[in-house]
Amino acid sequence: MAKLVNKDKIKSLFADEQSLMVGGFIESGVPAELIKILLDSGARDLTLIANDTGFDDKTFGQLVVEKRLKKAIVSHIGTNRETGKQMNAGELEVELTPQGTLIEQIRAGGAGLGGILTQTGIGTTVAEDQRIIEVDGEDYILARPLQADIALVKAWKADKKGNLIYRYAARNFNPIVATAADIVIVEADEILEVGEIDSNQVMTPGLFVDYILEK
Amino acid sequence: MSDIRERITRRIAQELKDGEVVNLGIGMPTMVADYISDDIDITLQTENGFVGVGPTPPEGEEDPDIVNAGGQPVTIKDGGACFDSATSFTIIRGGHLDTTVLGALQVDEKGNLANWMIPGKLVPGMGGAMDLTVGAKQVIVATTHTTKKGDPKILKECDLPLTAAGEVDMIVTELAVIKITDKGLFLTEIAEGTSVEEVKARTGAKLKVSTDLKTFK
Repeated sequence: MAKLVNKDKIKSLFADEQSLMVGGFIESGVPAELIKILLDSGARDLTLIANDTGFDDKTFGQLVVEKRLKKAIVSHIGTNRETGKQMNAGELEVELTPQGTLIEQIRAGGAGLGGILTQTGIGTTVAEDQRIIEVDGEDYILARPLQADIALVKAWKADKKGNLIYRYAARNFNPIVATAADIVIVEADEILEVGEIDSNQVMTPGLFVDYILEK
Repeated sequence: MSDIRERITRRIAQELKDGEVVNLGIGMPTMVADYISDDIDITLQTENGFVGVGPTPPEGEEDPDIVNAGGQPVTIKDGGACFDSATSFTIIRGGHLDTTVLGALQVDEKGNLANWMIPGKLVPGMGGAMDLTVGAKQVIVATTHTTKKGDPKILKECDLPLTAAGEVDMIVTELAVIKITDKGLFLTEIAEGTSVEEVKARTGAKLKVSTDLKTFK
C-alpha cells in the first residue's frame, strides 16, 4: 500500500465525533501541518488525547480556540487560556490526567493491555471514582487503556514504508500515540526512500504507520 | 525577590550528591541548576524526554526541538540522551530518579504537597508533578516561606487539592531548612539574619527545633 498521500486524502479521513491522539509537548514535536488540515476539514465535536492543549495563539491550540473539541484528555492546560475558559463555561469537558499515567494509558492501548496500575494520584482527587487495586499491601489506581480513531504524529525523518526517526525532545508522545490509533498519520521534516534509514536507527517501525503527508 | 530565589535554590543545590539523577520543576526550581558545584556530576532529567539538560542557549541559537518541560529553550550536554514520554516516566516512577525539586502552593507536616490547582481560580493541570512527587526517591520543596499576603505556606494540613500525599522530605525557604519526619517538622537550619522565633511565627504548623541548629546564607 502506498502510504505517501496528499492533503486532500488526509482531509477526507477526518470526521465529526472522532477521537484523536496528537503527539507533541506544548509546541515541541507538534504535527502542525496535519492540525491545519484537520482544522480545514471542518471536523468538530472531537475528543483530543494529548499531553496539553498548546498555546491559544498557535496552530495546535486552535483546535480549542475554534471550538472543535467536545472533550480533552490532557495533563496540562495552563498554556492555553481558552481551554480553561471553555471548561469553566461548561463548553468543553476536560479530563486532567497525570502525565505519566496518561502516557502509560496510551501505551497500554497500543500494546493490548487491560490497563496499568499506578500509585500516582493515590491520596488526591485523581483517585476519586477510580478503581483502587491492592497489590502486596499497596494501593494502586487502575488506569484504563486509551485508544483513538486517528493519531497525528510528527517525525523528523520518515521513509516511504513509514519507518520513523524523531529529533531530540520532539519525540515525547509521538512514538506512543503512533501505536494506539486505528489510523496513524505522519508528518515528517524529511521523507526518504526505503533503505535510506538504517534499520538500527528506526524509532517507530513502519508497520504502525498508515499515511505520510507528502511534501 | 531575586535574592530570595537565589538563596533558596543555592541552598537546595548543596543537597544534591555526586551521581544523582535530578528533575527540577518549572519556575524557581529550575534555578537550582545554576548553583550545582562543578565538583559533582549531576544528570538533569526533563520529563518531556531527555537527560543531560544543559544551560539556556545564547539568543539566536535556540532549537525548537530542545526545550525543557516548561517549553523553554535549553541545551543537551555531551552524553545526554533523548527518549519518548513512556521511557521518561519509567525513569520517574520506576525508582531511577534520585531527587525532584518542586514548587508549592502549600506543604504540610505530613509531607503532603499542594501545587497544581486553586479551585475556581487556577486550574493549569498537574502535568508531571504528581508522578514526580510519587516517583522520586527524594522530594525537596522550594518555596517562599509565606504567600505574597504573608500567609503561611507551611501548614498543619493543606486545604488545597493535593498533588501527592506524604511524599515531601524537605522544605527549603528563604528563612529555613525544614525536614519532614514521621514525628513532624524539624527545623534544622535558619537563614542568617532571622531567628527561630520569626520562623515559628511565620509557619502554620508546629516546628521541632534541631539540637544541632545551623545557619545558612
